[in-house]
Amino acid sequence: MAVQLKESCGAKVTAVTFGPERAQDVLRRALAMGADEALHVVDEAPGREPAVTARVLAAALRMLGKLDLVLCGRQSGEWDDGQVPGLLAAELGWPYVPFVPRLAAAGDGFRLERESDLGVAVVQAPRGVVVSITNAQDNSPRLPKVRDIMLANRKPIRKVTPVELGVEDALQTSWVEVLDLFVPEVVSRCEFIEGDSGAEKAANLVKKLLERKVI
Amino acid sequence: MQVIVLVWGGGAPTAAARELLGAARRLADATGGFVTAAAMGAAAGAAKALIALGADKVLTLGHETLAQPDGEAYAVAAETACKHVGDGLVLVPGDRLGWEIAPRLAHRLGAGLVTDALELNVEDGRLVAVKPVYGGKARAKMAVRTPSQVVLVRARTQTPAEPDPSRTGVVESLDFSPPPPRVRVVEYRQADAAGAVRLEDAKVVVSGGRGLGGPEPFADLAELARLLGGAVGASLAAVDAGWAPPHMQVGQTGKSVSPDLYIAVGISGASQHIAGMSGSKTIVAINKDPEAPIFRVAHFGVVADYREVLPALIEEVRRIKG
Repeated sequence: MAVQLKESCGAKVTAVTFGPERAQDVLRRALAMGADEALHVVDEAPGREPAVTARVLAAALRMLGKLDLVLCGRQSGEWDDGQVPGLLAAELGWPYVPFVPRLAAAGDGFRLERESDLGVAVVQAPRGVVVSITNAQDNSPRLPKVRDIMLANRKPIRKVTPVELGVEDALQTSWVEVLDLFVPEVVSRCEFIEGDSGAEKAANLVKKLLERKVI
Repeated sequence: MQVIVLVWGGGAPTAAARELLGAARRLADATGGFVTAAAMGAAAGAAKALIALGADKVLTLGHETLAQPDGEAYAVAAETACKHVGDGLVLVPGDRLGWEIAPRLAHRLGAGLVTDALELNVEDGRLVAVKPVYGGKARAKMAVRTPSQVVLVRARTQTPAEPDPSRTGVVESLDFSPPPPRVRVVEYRQADAAGAVRLEDAKVVVSGGRGLGGPEPFADLAELARLLGGAVGASLAAVDAGWAPPHMQVGQTGKSVSPDLYIAVGISGASQHIAGMSGSKTIVAINKDPEAPIFRVAHFGVVADYREVLPALIEEVRRIKG
């Protein structure tokens, strides 16, 4: 989405991540896909909580200088917290527009489509906004060409530490405690519906659902 | 435990309000606490009904900016109510507005936040929430250490409170001044038709996937959903193929639903989809592949081409509903 915006209105795109050394693979991929620069806040500790991540990223973004738009994924694939974009906006004191499948530069800001409880809303946001992206067909990441990957490997990735950003105290934050992590037991309980034809299976299924009082 | 329930969305208590009040009452009673409902926007008119549902006190916050689901105004209203009550547990509905304002509210209150909670319990006098992680493949049991705790609760996971009109409580009106809106709504592009059931609130969800082979069968799914008083969902594959709009997507990157009845038609059951629907009370899967992973979470499986089953199913349901 950032790269589409760059192509449509000439933005400069910086990819930013917070995480261990190996997280730089993500930045390499972003550079190969068209990001201009990359910033890596290096931290080897595992499982930072969202409040910590948001404070560290806010400090990193302030270091980058004047920004118009911060794009975030809607949630991580691990903890599925979906908190960092909103917390980051709060840290920066910026407005936050979540669940955005589509956006474009418009007026002195951005025109965004967002999912809301009343359907899809079209909103106008000023420059200086945090947006969380939800998937839509036209935001599929493009596959970088081999040449782009090779060029990306030669681009420098700027590295900083939370200490250099002056937010080492944020690393001490531990507001949420994980007491236990477990895999819920899934016992297959599927009752297969018998029947010689589709119609008979449908009729037998309806009988079962009536017995269970769900229809 | 002081429990604060955020309520919005209309002049009569919503399904979310009934569920959150049910949970709030249970948690407060277990710890000798007090339940406060913060009724914002149109919900301010439902104060009496909220008391009947278990609130000891209702704080009403009415303001013209709350006529639309404006996240900034609702965040300030919620913060005003929470600060008025003091430290406590704040329960937030797991709808779009809840996801939008919960991080900001937690930030303003200096509170730890747990999102997408499925279970809420008291252990050693403090709240313990269970939430799904790793795309629904695992669960985490979480506690929050800060004096205030904000917990976003997934819809249809809590037992709703039953109204008791003899209950009494206090109603207090709170003033607050929202900042001028920075994000302006230009238009609602596809506002749900009046009377349409929202996917997250639906008691019945009929979803279609890649196995449907095209967009046309979604009309049949819609007919079945209509007959059952439900809503239509779709898998990521069907949305990616352009057969269904993104707001209908059920799954890890779409909506999470827990209806009484979930009917999956032509959905293989990728873990990304299962993450959004495995909490459904009864799951029916119709798929021609008997090895499809959807059958591992289904209660009832129909191994068949959906084209042979769906028309008969619609007829059968029409007959009993007619």
